[in-house]
Amino acid sequence: MIALPPPKPEILAQREEIIAALHLMLPADAVISEAIRLKPYETDALTAYRQMPLVVVLPRTTEEVAAVMRYCHRLGIRVVPRGAGTSLSGGALPLEDAVVIGLMRMNRILEIDFEDRLAVVEAGVTNLGITRAVEHEGFFYAPDPSSQLACMIGGNVNMNSGGAHCLKYGVTANNLLGLKLVTPQGEIIEIGGAHLDAAGYDWLGLLTGSEGMLGIVTEVTVRILRGPEGARAMLAAFKGIEIAGAAVDAIIGSGIIPVALEFMDKPCIHACEAFAHAGYPLDAEAMLIIEVEGSVAEQDSLLGKIKEICARFDPISMKVAQTAEESMAIWKGRKGAFGAVGRISPDYLCMDGTIPTGELPHVLKRIGEMSVQYGLQVANVFHAGDGNLHPLIMYDANSPGSFRDAENFGADILRLCVEVGGCLTGEHGVGVEKRDLMPVQFHGHEIAQQRAIKTAFDPRWLLNPHKVFPLETMPQ
Amino acid sequence: MTAPVSTLLTPSSEAEVAQLVAAAAAAGEPLAIEGNGSKRALLRPVQAARTLTTRGLTGITLYKPSELVLSARAGTPLPEIEAALAEHGQMIAPEPPDTRAIFGSDRPSTLGGIVASNLSGPRRITAGAMRDHVLGVRFVNGAGEVQRNGGRVLKNVTGLDLCKLLTGSYGTLGVLTEVTIKVLPAAEASATLVVAVRDVAAGVRALSAGLTSPYGVTGAALLTDGAMLGMGGAVALLRLEDFLESVTYRAARLRDDLAARGQVTLVAQHASRALWRSVRDATPLGATAEEAIWRVSVRPSAAPAVAAGLQSAFGARLMFDWGGGLVWVAGPATEAAHAAVAEAAAASRGSHTLFRAPEPLRAAVPVLPAEAPALAEIGARVKAALDPAGVLNPGRMRAGS
Repeated sequence: MIALPPPKPEILAQREEIIAALHLMLPADAVISEAIRLKPYETDALTAYRQMPLVVVLPRTTEEVAAVMRYCHRLGIRVVPRGAGTSLSGGALPLEDAVVIGLMRMNRILEIDFEDRLAVVEAGVTNLGITRAVEHEGFFYAPDPSSQLACMIGGNVNMNSGGAHCLKYGVTANNLLGLKLVTPQGEIIEIGGAHLDAAGYDWLGLLTGSEGMLGIVTEVTVRILRGPEGARAMLAAFKGIEIAGAAVDAIIGSGIIPVALEFMDKPCIHACEAFAHAGYPLDAEAMLIIEVEGSVAEQDSLLGKIKEICARFDPISMKVAQTAEESMAIWKGRKGAFGAVGRISPDYLCMDGTIPTGELPHVLKRIGEMSVQYGLQVANVFHAGDGNLHPLIMYDANSPGSFRDAENFGADILRLCVEVGGCLTGEHGVGVEKRDLMPVQFHGHEIAQQRAIKTAFDPRWLLNPHKVFPLETMPQ
Repeated sequence: MTAPVSTLLTPSSEAEVAQLVAAAAAAGEPLAIEGNGSKRALLRPVQAARTLTTRGLTGITLYKPSELVLSARAGTPLPEIEAALAEHGQMIAPEPPDTRAIFGSDRPSTLGGIVASNLSGPRRITAGAMRDHVLGVRFVNGAGEVQRNGGRVLKNVTGLDLCKLLTGSYGTLGVLTEVTIKVLPAAEASATLVVAVRDVAAGVRALSAGLTSPYGVTGAALLTDGAMLGMGGAVALLRLEDFLESVTYRAARLRDDLAARGQVTLVAQHASRALWRSVRDATPLGATAEEAIWRVSVRPSAAPAVAAGLQSAFGARLMFDWGGGLVWVAGPATEAAHAAVAEAAAASRGSHTLFRAPEPLRAAVPVLPAEAPALAEIGARVKAALDPAGVLNPGRMRAGS
């Protein structure tokens, strides 16, 4: 289990005064302090960890955020920012002595400019909400995390969220132009703007993925893209994991970068098929979903080339969607993968390591061995083009020791990812979940260097101090 | 370019870089940091008795074409990397410029140099900047410690992203010793639609029309004088790159879409590639050796106003890339001209870089826009966190830092 830093007793003792002070700077409905209304804020999508916060505030403007930050800074009160609470790594987990700043009421779209291909939105606008606001002109916002219906752009920026289509379109960091940020001291600063590559240090790049440790993002300027003429998927099923991996190498080696290239292993295929009835081949050891874009003729040509490549790897079956509906059916199982696993197991942990794609067969074999050793089932779904692996470890929270075993199994998988040249997290973030594994990937002086940069932004370590870095390295 | 008066240190290993920087930090003696020194005339001059070059750290250390990843030591010349990639039909997608002509240097950029300056070419508009393709770095910080950040995989959000912080930091936060980049397949075919346009405003609108089409335009530039293409007046250039049949199909569709905006001609394959190399290297700007060159980054629709202002201020010569969002400016190397550029960039809420100028001007003016006080304070603390003794490239980006 992950430890949290001890609360500051003097802050806990002042709780009533703090609530009263927050009421003075915010509208009455923006301060939440009753236990029953605080309950929804005690956890995020890593539900195994729970901690009630001191108080929650739900500001509607950047100025309100800044006022709260100035106050908290003056009194030395810790602050935890929160978007939709969809983090799988405990990124929104509160502290007992912390004010949670929820950005969900800052949900206005401030500007859309198709000619300059950008949108300015508040942090609480959902990821899909951006696409919904621009799709009538054929545009979209590219990063598409599985939680895109609920997750908010402010959270996406802080976790540098990815998605199934980032092989072609990149992750959040590659699709931003500017931010409005409230510093831990409560100052409002603008980073970047409506232009590319603002001169000076790349603050935009450093802040993206900084997991709410450096400042509170209140506004985001994103790039919006015109969508392609169309997109279509195909499915290819293989007799072995190595064979499917070799097919992936051959596709990329041919010069084709599909817009998505997803890999599922046998347990995952079975779980998804039972859930979605997508027509997945149940006799396959591994399956690829490959999506291409362009006009119908371009799709036909690219899918033809990919089919030819896959045919060299003795596939069990291949199915090229002929229509958008058939494409959706192919995707339906994959998009429901987490839900499908949730149906066959009472609880599961979703891991997120990245590996060099060539290591896939070796890594999946080792995961299989660990699964036997721990006595826990695992289903693997994988963004094959970019090496981002999502093993879903199934456990039963009601069975004694099961959660601890699942956590240990997950940690072993992440150690393996680092051992083969990969990393602890590809798109979910370190949060609290992987915090104590940071020394597996970084030397002590490398963690100290990153910590020193956190200190440069937040000298008193008030903002999300319990995330990303091992607790013992936290300044007292 | 004047040769540096400072003593050149040429370490041949990362450990040696670390030793030299640690010793400099202990002695409080500043070091100028460079690769091949090909871009010394970019930004501010550094006053340091000694220059540490990474040109002794060379060689590709990892290249996996099917994993789209390449690592090389920082001093590896860019042409060597590009040649290795070309053997496998791959490329550095942001197409960094060949800076030899513009800086009058006989040496090519090194990988470390192009990353430290975050220089990207025309494909930046759709493929992202150099900083978007840096997957991992090894560097020596100002305390002489070897640091690693990022890695060799395409997706990685583990810890703070110092790869992006180091990219474009011009050696002021650390000495890059090895860089891992994402590489991509080079397209089979290239074609450019050349649209004759009335003026800059019409040209930027034509570029926007291309970039808001569904055809995947990978270059969008505007030349105020189409003479190099045998055309009078301004020309908008829109590039398509992909498999040949796709490029053929999309060029025809896009050509129809653009027809109402002016006469459209097609430049294909070899000629198209040559054209974009010249745009990448700002050749059409035609800056003379005595002139200063600025890069101004603005939202594309603001480019015509910036252009008009600078033409009336000092008769600036201009070219545009990134759909109008990058304005290349050539003009007299004077403080007045620089002030006009800085003012025009600020008025359009963009940013300027004094890209090339004789040393007296670069030493006298802020070559980059000032940051808001709260951000500048954070910047000073971040610099101190990485380079506590302040020995790495002092004054390279801003005076007194």
